[in-house]
Parts: sequence; structure tokens; C-alpha cells
Amino acid sequence: MSTPTLKTATGPAYTRILSYGAARGENAVTNDELVGPIDSSDEWIRQRTGIVTRKRAVPTTSATDLATAAAREAVERSGIPADRIDLVIAATISNARQTPSMSAVVADRIGANPAAAYDSNAACAGFAYAVAQADALIRAGAAHYAVVVGAEKLSDVVDPTDRSISFLLGDGAGAVVIGPSETPAIGPTVWGSDGSKADTVGMNATLIEFRDGKAPWPTLRQDGPSVFRWAVWEMAKVARKAIEAAGIEPGDLAAFIPHQANMRIIDEFAKQLKLPESVVIARDIETTGNTSAASIPLAAHRLLEEHPELSGGLALQIGFGAGLVFGAQVVVLP
Amino acid sequence: MALSADEVLAGLAELITDETGISADEVALEKSFTDDLDIDSISMMTIVVNAEEKFGVTIPDDEVKNLKTVGDAVTYITSNQA
Repeated sequence: MSTPTLKTATGPAYTRILSYGAARGENAVTNDELVGPIDSSDEWIRQRTGIVTRKRAVPTTSATDLATAAAREAVERSGIPADRIDLVIAATISNARQTPSMSAVVADRIGANPAAAYDSNAACAGFAYAVAQADALIRAGAAHYAVVVGAEKLSDVVDPTDRSISFLLGDGAGAVVIGPSETPAIGPTVWGSDGSKADTVGMNATLIEFRDGKAPWPTLRQDGPSVFRWAVWEMAKVARKAIEAAGIEPGDLAAFIPHQANMRIIDEFAKQLKLPESVVIARDIETTGNTSAASIPLAAHRLLEEHPELSGGLALQIGFGAGLVFGAQVVVLP
Repeated sequence: MALSADEVLAGLAELITDETGISADEVALEKSFTDDLDIDSISMMTIVVNAEEKFGVTIPDDEVKNLKTVGDAVTYITSNQA
């Protein structure tokens, strides 16, 4: 008996981002509200981070709630019926319940049940990683329409006395719908990791150590200067590779949407890339704070609200963070 | 050819001025980067990366923490030039 030849799935040649959705924590937390335990000042925080306020959610709002709101807006704006979404990827490091996944709950809540759904942990590069996956899975025929949502409630993992990262962090979610495209609209992803620098940024203890009374509630920490050097000079190389891989020149970009880690990183990064003045640079961090996997789609959503003329233009997005991990691609803005 | 300590100091002062606006006259060997010149850790790292390029040296992150004064940096650069 001969073995029959299996059919394999095939998909469209190209994909694109159809729409964005955004949700931020309800409260705008000022620097003055945070400076007491770190013996600091509004000016000190502004000078080092560019942050004036960061959005933080109330206790009853979860990262999954923020993800749901952002995903719902993205689906509504896409014009694609929710029941045609057959893939939901959530990029997050702060889902307080490790399982079940955030993505399965979000898929059900937005009317996309029984979409394939899984969470992905690539920290602040999580959104770029998830866009790469959705693009590849659709082109491979494994899905038709995908929701990618970056969602974080980082205020659950901050230490008010920490001077390294806690005061930067905010809560929010940003989502996109990705679907087939007649023309190329998501460029090749340049991504990678460097686990030799795993201690540079991340949680300062495990849940096991917390359970056993050997550590306080785990919170985020970073070696700021080391992260800064890597995020600017190493990531500038990655950004140039993503531009080159897309077959374009920096002057072809309409927007630069880096992970909103710190305004000083964004400013020095843009300087190193020597972007033309015509390129609009996302600076959502000033009033949202650093929201890890959510920051790129949140910043893109805001850019399109404030600069509707960017629609149809090319944007370079690059995420980088704990791992260390990084991911970048050029996309066409919807 | 390796630069002298005076030449490194002058070059370093230029980098500090470019990053912070501090007058080159204020950059002296005994000055502390943080206490005297009020240079924060992010500006310090920018100066370090620019110094690596300008002087052809490698200054690892762990070493940056040991560079407390301008003199520390000049000594490190002059003794590590290729």
C-alpha cells in the first residue's frame, strides 16, 4: 500500500497591519507621587527619562482587561468580523496568572473563539516578535487573520524604593490586526538574543524564593547604563539591518517607532541612525511611561491619531529588552 | 602612536563638552564625573562610547563603574591604547 502524499497549507504572499487598538491604565501618575521613597525629584526623573506622567491601572483592571480593550478596538477598526480572526498572540511578561494564557481569554472575549491562541515572552521585544510570528503563520497558511496584542500591567512588579527602573514603568496594551495583503507591507524581521546578558534587566527573584520567604515580592531591576549602551549602539546596528533587509533607505521612512524604554535612549538612538528630519519619531513615553511589550503599538496608535498623514507610510519598529532580546521590522502603517 | 596623557585629557574634554555643554576649562584630572561635573550615568556612557571610538580603546561596562574621576579615565585610556 502506498503512502498518500499529504496536502500542506499555503497562504498569501504578503501580509499587512490592518488596524491598531490601544488601552492605557486609568491613572496618570506624576513624578511627584513617586519621588518620596527614592529620595528624588520631578526634575531628576524628567532629566533621566523624559517621563512626565506614566499611566497605571487601578487594582481591579488586569493586563488581560487592557489586552481585551486594545484588541477589541483593533478588530473594530479593521473591519474584519471577529469570527474570522483565527490566531491571537499575546506578548506579555506580566500576566499575573501564568496559565491559562492571556491570549485564549482575549480571543474568547473579543468573539474570536476558537482561534489558535498563545502567549509569547520576549519582554520589550515581544510585540515585534509576535508580529514576525503572525506574518509568518499567515503566509504559511496556518492562519488567515491574526490579532497581536502587547499587554502589560507592570505596576504589579515595581518596587517603590527602586531607583533603577520602577519609576519608568506603566500599564497598557496595544494591538493590531494582521491579514493578507496584495503588496508587501511587513518587512523581514531582524531578531535575536544574548542570554549572556540575562542579568542586565529582569526580575530580582523567583516566585519560589518568594513562596519560601527568601525574597520579597519579585520586581523588575536593571543595570541602567549597561542597558543604555546596548539599547542605543547595538540596537542601531539591528535597526540598520532591518532597513537594509526591507530594501529601503532611512529617508524612505515616515516614522521611527522604537520601544518606549526611556526618552534618552530614543533621542540618542535617533541621533545614531542619522534619520532625516522628515521622519516622525514616536515619543509616547512622555505621558505613558515604559509599558514593555505594549509600548510599540501604543506609540504607533498615538502617532496615527496625531499624524493621520502617516497612514500608508513606512515605519521602522524595534523592540529590545530583558533576555536580552531584540526584534525589528519595517511595516506599512494602516 | 599612543597619545600622551595631556592629549587624552584634551580629547576627553571635547567629548564631555559635546555631550554636556560643560566648558573644557572645567575638565581637570581631579574632577569627579558625578560630584564635580554633575554628569549622570547615561551621559557618562555616551562619553565612554565616544571615547572608545576616538581613542581606539575598549572600555567594558564593569570598568566604567571604576572611572570616578577624569584622571581615572585618562589613566585607563592612556594605558589601554593599542
